Amino acid sequence: MKKVLMSGNEAIARGAYEAGVTIGCGYPGTPSTEILENLVKYKEEGVYCEWAPNEKVAMEVAAAAAITGARVIVTMKHVGLNVAADPLMTLAYIGVRGGMVICVGDDPGMHSSQNEQDTRNYARFAKIPVLEPSDSQEMKDFIGLGIELSEKFQTPVILRGTTRVCHSRSLVETRERKMGPVKVEFERNPQRWVPIPAWARSMRVKVEQRLHDAAEFGNTSPLNRIEWRDKSLGIVTSGVVYQYVRDAFPNASILKLGMAFPFPDAKIREFAAGVGRLLVIEELDSILEEHILAMGIACDGRNLVPGIGELIPSVMAKIKAAVEKSDITVPKPLPVAADLPGRPPVLCPGCPHRALFYTLKKHDVIVTGDIGCYSLGVLKPLERMDTILCMGGGISMTQGVQRAGEKRKVVGVVGDSTFFHSGITGLLNIVYNKGTSLVCILDNRTTAMTGHQDHPGTGKTLMGEMTREASIPELVRACGVKRVHTVDPLHLAELDRLVAEELEADEPSVIITRSPCLLKERKKNVVSRKINADKCKKCKKCIGLGCPAIELSATSEGGTVAPVINPLLCNACNECKQVCPFGAIEGE
Amino acid sequence: METITKNILLAGAGGQGILLASEIVAQTAMHCGFDVKTNEVHGMAQRGGSVVAQIRYGKEVNSPIILEGTASVLGSLELIESLRYAHFLEPGAWAVISHQRMIPVTVSSGMAKYPEDAEERIRRTFPHHKLVEAERIAQETGTIKAANVVVLGAIASVLDLPREAWETAVAACVKPQHRDLNLRAFAAGFQL
Repeated sequence: MKKVLMSGNEAIARGAYEAGVTIGCGYPGTPSTEILENLVKYKEEGVYCEWAPNEKVAMEVAAAAAITGARVIVTMKHVGLNVAADPLMTLAYIGVRGGMVICVGDDPGMHSSQNEQDTRNYARFAKIPVLEPSDSQEMKDFIGLGIELSEKFQTPVILRGTTRVCHSRSLVETRERKMGPVKVEFERNPQRWVPIPAWARSMRVKVEQRLHDAAEFGNTSPLNRIEWRDKSLGIVTSGVVYQYVRDAFPNASILKLGMAFPFPDAKIREFAAGVGRLLVIEELDSILEEHILAMGIACDGRNLVPGIGELIPSVMAKIKAAVEKSDITVPKPLPVAADLPGRPPVLCPGCPHRALFYTLKKHDVIVTGDIGCYSLGVLKPLERMDTILCMGGGISMTQGVQRAGEKRKVVGVVGDSTFFHSGITGLLNIVYNKGTSLVCILDNRTTAMTGHQDHPGTGKTLMGEMTREASIPELVRACGVKRVHTVDPLHLAELDRLVAEELEADEPSVIITRSPCLLKERKKNVVSRKINADKCKKCKKCIGLGCPAIELSATSEGGTVAPVINPLLCNACNECKQVCPFGAIEGE
Repeated sequence: METITKNILLAGAGGQGILLASEIVAQTAMHCGFDVKTNEVHGMAQRGGSVVAQIRYGKEVNSPIILEGTASVLGSLELIESLRYAHFLEPGAWAVISHQRMIPVTVSSGMAKYPEDAEERIRRTFPHHKLVEAERIAQETGTIKAANVVVLGAIASVLDLPREAWETAVAACVKPQHRDLNLRAFAAGFQL
């Protein structure tokens, strides 16, 4: 069999294809985004994929497809599952016909997220199985197993990936596509699909029976396996942590749980009885450990294993030292160079978002921000964002700050994809409840942060087809906003004037800053802007933009450092040219 | 076949082509019959931030993440990024470093200083190192964008994977129209 190198997310897509999945839907979110981007490559072979406006919609579309008999996956990041939790909790009652796997990307260590959540909690909460692959091969295989499990027990199944599985590459053996046995045709059966209280009560009983049956299945399934080695130490683990454990404790016996919930009690008892000392090593929450303790089995766990962040090899070395009461046995590395200048992520050269933050900086207002590239507007030197809570929160929160009695004007900042995701209801609320916030919708015509996915406003689908374009100004007007303005943020003077004007309004106001993401529509043959050293007074106003293309030159004469433009990075947006009071920045 | 897993770390700033270089190393090791795992950074960190890719190959690889103090080669597409990840190297390891300076926004906005003695520190920190004028060499072979492949060529020269396997991987990982150019860049780096 041919082996190919695949990322975990590519492997999920391949696994879905092989398992006869015909529908994939989701909303972009690191580390889950590439799953659908890879699955859609099989569109010629009968796979349909779509980006939904948000995860709740995606979950509902997927649920309905599975009820109708199709095999389906739905993808999102961990916080996306919060948005989709409402349909999930009741879908667990009514169940599915075609197999349905919910692929969730957790982000321990918060590489690209606002919190670290352990999605296994949702499996226990919703009373459905959760699978935890440890590498790309398992990502692929577990999708197939998950689809079978889903059809066998007529339940949705969660597949929990983490950043280090989703974005690691390893070798994968592929096989042919095999379609499922379920006929795709909606079967009318209200008692099965409609959870009115009378019928939901009998579903409730079935949920418990199903959990019991799935746990029995887990006791004998190869998903959960014991690897006997030296029996003095036995480690219970799951997901990518299994790989770290194998490196750090090569001689220990391991109970590897591919399906951590429902708990395979018989397997856990068998393993615990066979080892001298039992240790649970799990990333984030103590879900396995608490259950094992509740079974009356003594074990080590959180007393030795951190519950915050990732259990990567450096952390695992400390755990090993704590377990063995020894010194850390890893090679003594060179000291970390702590004095180096930091290199945080930054808005790209020419990013149209920069202009809005630069303009807002001139006003004493409260800025409630949101999730996207523009979250970077909180960092120096722009520093023009005061809060971030969640997708859509940038709009809703303006109302709370204002109604609490804050005297200064409140400005909400949200992206185009985020506005479609969950910003519209917040705006409705401002209008309905007579708020007076200014909302800025940064419309860069794409979902930029996650790598340029289309959304309802781009006029293109994930299948690559042209479609009707949702209009942000029309949606805003339909919410009841009277003051609606669209402006090109790269025209700084106009943006300045408009923001100043709208901050004075005593009713809701929306400014749509419309300019495409520079990374997506990079201009060809850009001629870099240049600073004329004779005209430059070294006031460093251009530096205040925080553009990575503008650097302070250490080589200028007379000891005063002067700004220079790096021609390799400049995207010729002209923002600096408009900011310079001395006309020192040149180039057309 | 070697039984010990080899660890390689590639560092740089977002947008420098770390992920392509990582893919080429992984493909090369795979062509040679090794088990391979890599790890990369996606999402927010990529926006001009410090980026690192890790590649591990050997008979059987478990963790996709490298333990500090165990990498045999560090390739850096930026001068000070090499110092940032120096603690990942094992004694006797090689560091292949591009001369290129990318000024972080913390420096350009005056919050921090770019170390003026970066090259001197590199000489002190890495007993075995190659400082590569990757941009100049890439420009000479056709385009400055191939600087990552120049550095890769220099990395290949200190690893014990056959040159043909590298060239096969380079050819497979770039667009057909850029193949010759990248092979030239690789060859130039290999000779350093």
